[in-house]
Amino acid sequence: MNVELKNIHKHFGNVHANKGINLSIPSGSIQGILGENGAGKSTLMKILSGFIQADPGGEIILDGKPVVIHSPADAIHVGIGMLHQDPLDFPPMRALDNFLLGQSGGLFPNRNAVARDFRRLAEQFDFSLDPDSYVDSLTVGERQQLEIIRLLWLGARVLILDEPTTGISASQKSKLFVTLKKLAGQGMTVIFVSHKLEDVEHLCDKVAVLRAGELVGEAKPPYTTSKLVEMMFGKVITLGARQPAQGGNAVLSLENVSLEDVRLKIRNADLEVRAGEVIGLAGMEGSGQGLFIRACAGLVRPVGGRIILNGRDMTGKSYHAFKRAGVNFLPAARLEEGLIPGLSLTDHFILAEEPDGLFIDRAIGQRLAEERIKSFNIRGAPHTPVESLSGGNQQRAELALLQDPLSLVLLEHPTRGLDIESVIYIWGKLKERCRSSTAIIFISSDLEEILQYSDRVLVFFSGKVSRPLDAGKTSVDQLGQLIGGKNWADMGEAYD
Amino acid sequence: MTQETLLIGLAGVLASAAPVVFAVIGETLSERAGVLNLSMNGTILLAAMGGFAVAYTTDNILLGFLAGMLIGALVALVVAFASITLKQSQVAVGFVLALTCRDLSYFLGSPYMGVPGPRLQVVPIPLLSDIPVLGTLFFRQDFITYLSFLFIFLAWAWIFRTRSGLMLQGIGEKPAAAYIRGANVTLMRYVYTVIGGALIGLTGPAYSLAIRAGWMGTISGLDGIGWIALAITIFGGWNPLRGAFGAYLFAFLQWLGLVLQPVLTQVPSQVLQVAPFPLMILTLLLVNIGNAEWVERTLAAMPESTRKFFAKLLRAMRASPPAALGVPFISRSRKRVLGGLYRRICARGRKLRAVFVKY
Repeated sequence: MNVELKNIHKHFGNVHANKGINLSIPSGSIQGILGENGAGKSTLMKILSGFIQADPGGEIILDGKPVVIHSPADAIHVGIGMLHQDPLDFPPMRALDNFLLGQSGGLFPNRNAVARDFRRLAEQFDFSLDPDSYVDSLTVGERQQLEIIRLLWLGARVLILDEPTTGISASQKSKLFVTLKKLAGQGMTVIFVSHKLEDVEHLCDKVAVLRAGELVGEAKPPYTTSKLVEMMFGKVITLGARQPAQGGNAVLSLENVSLEDVRLKIRNADLEVRAGEVIGLAGMEGSGQGLFIRACAGLVRPVGGRIILNGRDMTGKSYHAFKRAGVNFLPAARLEEGLIPGLSLTDHFILAEEPDGLFIDRAIGQRLAEERIKSFNIRGAPHTPVESLSGGNQQRAELALLQDPLSLVLLEHPTRGLDIESVIYIWGKLKERCRSSTAIIFISSDLEEILQYSDRVLVFFSGKVSRPLDAGKTSVDQLGQLIGGKNWADMGEAYD
Repeated sequence: MTQETLLIGLAGVLASAAPVVFAVIGETLSERAGVLNLSMNGTILLAAMGGFAVAYTTDNILLGFLAGMLIGALVALVVAFASITLKQSQVAVGFVLALTCRDLSYFLGSPYMGVPGPRLQVVPIPLLSDIPVLGTLFFRQDFITYLSFLFIFLAWAWIFRTRSGLMLQGIGEKPAAAYIRGANVTLMRYVYTVIGGALIGLTGPAYSLAIRAGWMGTISGLDGIGWIALAITIFGGWNPLRGAFGAYLFAFLQWLGLVLQPVLTQVPSQVLQVAPFPLMILTLLLVNIGNAEWVERTLAAMPESTRKFFAKLLRAMRASPPAALGVPFISRSRKRVLGGLYRRICARGRKLRAVFVKY
């Protein structure tokens, strides 16, 4: 289906989120929409998918006919389906119920017929999805696959994907790309929204770049990365060279540590982390790296083995004991586990300080907040509530909250959903910590990030932990194979 | 005890659980849609009194039941309006309503205190009631008990077998996702809260016109039933079948207290009467204990076989509530309309205050 957007404007209060966007996307093509966080990509896609309405005066034209879209249900009715960044599905329900929910029809759905459709579609795209499995047991990638076949089943002819490669593994990503190319080949219109240049370059037939609400330009292959970056940010940005660590004393040692939760088991993992070292944990979502990092933080008690921190045996001690011993953990869910929604930046800085008497000294808090906001380059005021900060600024605020000095920082997806400028800034701050001999362990689903910033890498695959790999001698391809469970035998003395 | 008296006793358990079954199903529907109707305890009393008063005045039992349902629906409408439209705390609104309705029932019911009124008769179902054992248990009951059997299966089939029920689960689980799939979340939440309220309302006359016929004011013995039904809804994991099982367990424990009284003479009779309540709470604790962090930590230190056994047991018992229970839903496109309404109400409030200050 040919999609044409004409003169789309959108105001949120005083913010002009979309400024007169004109874009035409021919049927059977994959259109990339590129832009940093807050550039207006999501707003534009929400307008197209009926989540919000554009300001009067704009037009959406499908196959030459102007349409009015009031709701997401209208959108799917005219053939536009959207895959949201956080899958909008129902985790405690079965895949088949998720698939079925929202389809119109009689009171009693014919589950057998629906299950047949489900299997046929899943097979067509080579997805191994079981209609009877519960969605909360699926990975983010599988939940995406479920959502894709659902939208196709409902008759979508335009598929919008919002940051679909965040949180999925390399093999799921390549499968997704194959699927999208196949769909475009069948005449579908695919709109691929991302801030990841390599994904867009790899996949898209045409790219539109948004910056500060405006469409700044379009590009066709072959793409030049530096050109796209310049369009996105209005300036040239480059990654620094890798900075390997100098070996220091052992900060953290795991000896024969075994962990388990309801879903998986890790048996006899060994690791020694030295001061100033960065360890990257690679693996598909839910392969055991989350359990592992939580054990290092004292949040999960190992069922076997010992955890030694700066020479002291910390096995079985609580999170607070770990914290006092100089370990800080920044979880992936920033607003749920990391920050306290409703409290301002000043409140957070006051809370993180050692209490001094019963009453709060607001003046000191204010000074502290102003100082940290400046040194961490947070776009916000001391009185700004944390939930109204953008993702990148929330992450900077979390870094500003870390104790000083620290022996170990644990980070879960430190840069997920952030644009490249914020990523570079955050890693700059973290590397500063490393130079003052703090060790870092972090989880990321971005393999390039892992290889760029870590000294050694541990790979996780359904509870198996690899021996530490030298990040300087490992390629993205090798890592991609390993997290997909391939080539483990070649690693020599891999542990299980 | 002969077999016959035992059977009649158990049939009595099924009958006396019927009102609790209605309350549990009503609350389950409401909570499945994401609205916590905490007014239940007061609603039941008010509906019991109102239902009895209407049946007594009109001498029509059916009208009495309808009046009870209407009262339940109206109270639920208040909960729905306050929580869905005005986005107020469901806990605060529901709790205050529970207290208000209870006292209102005592106040308004005083003219009907102790007067003899109509009572629902037992209607044995021909043929079926002659089946040995099962006939006595299930088919020599009154109309309202038959209805309770029917509603358990209807509610279960509706939630888990129909397309609308699937959407109901979706609305309570993740309203934003249900909205994307075409649900009118606000309307559906109203509908289910009101229907659930009507079922809760049915509990009242099911007592005052059948099980414990008549209105006795503060000594009706109905105060507290609503809280127990609320607990059973949770124990039942928001599933009508499991919830009904909880209701029967509760009625059975109460009956056991009565039966055991002549045998266990050394135990004060009050203990046996109150025992079902702490037993229910204990059950609740056991069902949800797996969620506690200290349990996980303790389990991690145990040997493997013990760990496995407990992990399995706890997971099997655990039921997770609808994720959006008690959480207001605001879709982008409706925000403006609601915001406008809210601003208008606030402006009116300011005007009123100005008027008060003036005079």
